[in-house]
Amino acid sequence: MDAAVKPAEAAPVTPGGLMAPPPRRARLSPINRRRWQNFKANRRGFYSLWLFLFLFLISLFAEFIANDKPFLVEYDGKYYVPALFTYAETTFGGDFETAADYRDPYLQKLIAARAAYMLWPPIRYSYDTYNRDLPTPAPSKPTWLLTEDQCRPVAEKIGGSTCRDLEWNWLGTDDQGRDVVARLIYGFRISVLFGLSLTLISSIIGIAAGAVQGYFGGWIDLLFQRFIEIWTSVPSLYLLLIISSVLVPGFFVLLGILLLFSWVSLVGLVRAEFLRGRNFEYIQAARALGVSNRTIMFRHLLPNAMVATMTYLPFIVSSSVITLTALDFLGFGLPPGSPSLGELVAQSKGNLQAWWLGLTAFLTIAIMLSLLVFAGEAVRDAFDPRKTFR
Amino acid sequence: MTSVAAASPLLSVRDLSVAFRHATGENLAVDRISFDIRKGETLALVGESGSGKSVTALSVMKLLPYPAARHPSGAILFNGTNLLDLGENAIRRVRGANITIIFQEPMTSLNPLHTIERQITEILLLHRRGTGATRARVIELLSQVGIPDPQSRLASYPHQLSGGQRQRVMIAMALANEPDLLIADEPTTALDVTVQAQILTLLKELQSRLGMAMLFITHDLGIVRKIAERVCVMKDGKIVEHGEVERVFAQPQHPYTRELLAAEPKPDPAPPNPTAPVILATDDLKVWFPIRRGLLRRTVGHIKAVDGINIEIRKGETLGVVGESGSGKTTLGLAVLRLISSQGPIVFMGQGLQGLKFKAMRPIRRDMQIVFQDPYGSLSPRMSVSDIIEEGLWVHHPDMAAPERERRVIQALNDVGLAAESRFRYPHEFSGGQRQRIAVARAVVLEPTFVVLDEPTSALDMLIQAQIVALLRALQKRRDLTYMFISHDLRVVAALASRVVVMRHGKVVEEGAAADLFARQQSPYTRALFAAAFNLETAGEDATAQ
Repeated sequence: MDAAVKPAEAAPVTPGGLMAPPPRRARLSPINRRRWQNFKANRRGFYSLWLFLFLFLISLFAEFIANDKPFLVEYDGKYYVPALFTYAETTFGGDFETAADYRDPYLQKLIAARAAYMLWPPIRYSYDTYNRDLPTPAPSKPTWLLTEDQCRPVAEKIGGSTCRDLEWNWLGTDDQGRDVVARLIYGFRISVLFGLSLTLISSIIGIAAGAVQGYFGGWIDLLFQRFIEIWTSVPSLYLLLIISSVLVPGFFVLLGILLLFSWVSLVGLVRAEFLRGRNFEYIQAARALGVSNRTIMFRHLLPNAMVATMTYLPFIVSSSVITLTALDFLGFGLPPGSPSLGELVAQSKGNLQAWWLGLTAFLTIAIMLSLLVFAGEAVRDAFDPRKTFR
Repeated sequence: MTSVAAASPLLSVRDLSVAFRHATGENLAVDRISFDIRKGETLALVGESGSGKSVTALSVMKLLPYPAARHPSGAILFNGTNLLDLGENAIRRVRGANITIIFQEPMTSLNPLHTIERQITEILLLHRRGTGATRARVIELLSQVGIPDPQSRLASYPHQLSGGQRQRVMIAMALANEPDLLIADEPTTALDVTVQAQILTLLKELQSRLGMAMLFITHDLGIVRKIAERVCVMKDGKIVEHGEVERVFAQPQHPYTRELLAAEPKPDPAPPNPTAPVILATDDLKVWFPIRRGLLRRTVGHIKAVDGINIEIRKGETLGVVGESGSGKTTLGLAVLRLISSQGPIVFMGQGLQGLKFKAMRPIRRDMQIVFQDPYGSLSPRMSVSDIIEEGLWVHHPDMAAPERERRVIQALNDVGLAAESRFRYPHEFSGGQRQRIAVARAVVLEPTFVVLDEPTSALDMLIQAQIVALLRALQKRRDLTYMFISHDLRVVAALASRVVVMRHGKVVEEGAAADLFARQQSPYTRALFAAAFNLETAGEDATAQ
C-alpha cells in the first residue's frame, strides 16, 4: 500500500561518495512488516487467504480444467489448440464448415484416425455442454451414486458395460443435463471476478468522493452528503428491475448498475478519516511547505484513510458476491445459460428432489464466503494498531 | 501499635522489576529498584520519559496490563502486606481507599458522560457501605480542593470545567476516602504555569492537613525542589541516586543527576538589532472566528483568537511570544504564515501577504517555515525521513537533480546533528528529541529566512529541551535566521528571545526587550506569570483568575 503511494523518485540515488542505503527488505516499511506479522499470526485467516487465492487461480484457468474441447490436438503432424481457437470441422476431415464439436463420436473417430494424440482437460464438459447420454432424466445424480442398471444402457452405447466406462459427472448434472462441476468452476470465477471488480471500482469512486468531501469540508461536504442521503434512499432493487428490463443484463451492465449504489459504502468512512487527518500537524507542515492540495491528499492523507478502508474491503467483496448471487437467483442477473452460483441455487429450489444441486450450491457459497470473511478478519486485525500479542 | 507503624515505612518497594512482553521478546522497564515512603512524607521520582517512573507508580496500584507485564523480582510492602501477592478483589479494596492516584491528563481522566457529583460519589460508595450524607461529603471535598461555589458545580459535566478545575476534581476524587498514600503522576504537566503553581500549593496544603504520604512523579526539577522532601532519580529503569532534596540539589553524586541539574537552558539570546531590516510586520492583525446561531446561521458574535496585534520582527532577531493556553499565540503564528485566514496587513520582506492566492504564496513559503510542538504528530508516520525532508525541495525546486537534492537533505540532517544514514529510517524509530530535530531539518532544508517555532520544546524532556534550544541558537547564528518563538515556558523563552510579547485573550499585555522584561514586569498579569514560572508561586492569584 505504501509502495503505491510512495513516488518512484523516492528510490535513493547513490552517486560516488554518498552512503549506500541499507538494503530494503521487499520494500516494506516497518509498520507494514508488523502488519504482515500480525496477519500471519492469525493462522485461520492466513490459510483462508491462501486457499481462496489458490481456488481463484485455478478457476482462472477454467478452460483448461473443464472444457468440451481438447486443449491440444496433433493432426497430420500439425498442432491445433482448440481450447483457444475455433477450427472448422473440415480441418479435421469433417463435412461441414461449422465449428468442430470434439465430443461428437464421428469427429473423434476422424481425428483418432490421423492424430498422434489429443490432450483433453480432466473434465470433458464446459459450463454449457449438454450431456446427451444421460443414464437418468436430468437432473441426473452424480455418476458414483448410480446403480449398474441405470448405467448399462448408456455404457453399452459407447462400448462399455459398467458405470466406470461412462463419462463421469462428479456432482451430477442440472436440470438441462449440464455438468455441475464445470458450471461450478466457471460460476466461481465469474462471481469472484464480479466481486473484485465491483469492489475495486466502487472503492476508487468512494475513496475519491470521500476524500474530496473530507478534505475540503464546508459547502462541498454539505451538498455531497445531502446528495448521498437522497441517493441511498432510492430503492435500488426496483430500479434494477426497471433497468434490467430495458437493457440486456450482462456482466458489465450489471456491474454498472450495482456500481450506481455500491460506491457510497466507503464514502462516510473515508470522509471521516480525511476530516480527522486534515488537522494533523504534519498536514499543516506540508501546507506550510507550499505542497498542493492534491499532493497532500494523495501522499499524506490517503495512506491514513487506507487503513480503515483496507479493513472493509474483504467484506465488501463478499457482499458484492452475495448481491450477484441473489440477483441470479431471482433471475435478474446474468443472461440465461451463464454459469452462476445464483442460478444453481434457483435450480435446486426448482428441483428439491435433486439434493446434490442444493448441497453443492450451499457448500460452495458457504465455503467461499467463509474464506473471504476469515481473511477479512485477519486483515482487520493486522491493521488494528491496538492489537497486542498474547 | 502506633509506634511500630511510625518506625516502619508506609510503603516499601523492595527490589522491584517490571518486564513487558512483546512480539520479539521482553524488555525490562524497571530494573530492581527499592525505595521507602514514610507516613506524611513526599517522595519525588524524577527522570525523563521512558525511564520507568510511571510504570513504577502503576505497579504499586497493580494497574499494569497483566499478563503482558510481569514482575520478575521484588515486593511492594504497604503497611506490611505485599501488594503483589494480593488477588484482584483484595487489591481493589486498597485502590481508591488506601492508595489513590492522580493522572497527568485531566481531560481524559474524567468520564465525560457523568456529572462531577456522580464521579465522586461513585468512589465514596465503592469503599463505604453507608450511603448517608454523601452529598455533603462531596461538597466538602470540592471546597477542600478549592472549587468555588461547589454546591452549583455538582451537576457540571467535565467539559464545563477548565483544565485546572478538572485536575482539582481529580484530586477531590483521590482524597475522597482519605488515603494513606497519594500517587501523583505528573499532575501538572498538562496545565498552564499559573494553574500548575496553584495545584502544587493545593497538594502541599492538603498533604500537611491530612497527613498523607505522597509519591510525586515528575520530570521537572523545579517542582521537585518545591514539593518533595526526598527524591529518587531514575534512568533507564534504575534508581541512580536518591536522598534528601537539599543534598541531591547541592551535591549531586551521579553524573546523570549533575547533567539533569545543568540542563536548564542558559539565557543567551540573539541581541535585538534595531537597525536590521524588518522581516515581518503586522498591523492590527485579527483572527476572529464567527459564532453562528439559529436557522439562518447568522453571526451573533466572534471568538477573538487574535485581536489587533502589531508585531515587528527584525532580521536575526528572535521574537518570543508568551502566554497561557488559549491566549491566541499559536493562532498568531499560523496567521502570519497565512495558514489560517486573518484580517489586517502582514508584510513579509517588503511584500504584503494578505489576499495572495495559494499559488502566489508558494514561492514565498520557501522563506517562511514552521516547526510544530508535537514531534510525534508533525511527521507523517508513513514517509521515510528523507521523503519528509525533501518534500519541500520537490515543491520549490522541482527541477533539482537527485544527487543535489540528496546532498541538501544530508546537509540539513548534519545541521541538526543527525547522521546521514538516518534518512532511510522512519519517524517511529526516533526518540522525541530526534524527531524534533527532523522537523527542524525539514524547515531549514529550504534555507528560509524566517521560522515560526510553535512550542518546539514543550513535549520534550528537560535534557532534550536544552539540546534543542542550543541547536536552534546555533542554527540561527550559522544561517542568520529570524525566529518567532511561541512558548508558554518562560525559561526556554529567556534562553532564546531577544524581544518578548506577552499575550492574553488575543491581545498583547506587555512587550519589550527580553532583558528588560525578565528584569522588571509592568502589568500584574505578567508578574503573576513570571512568579508562577520561576518560583512556582501563586503570587497575584486574582491577576490570573479568569
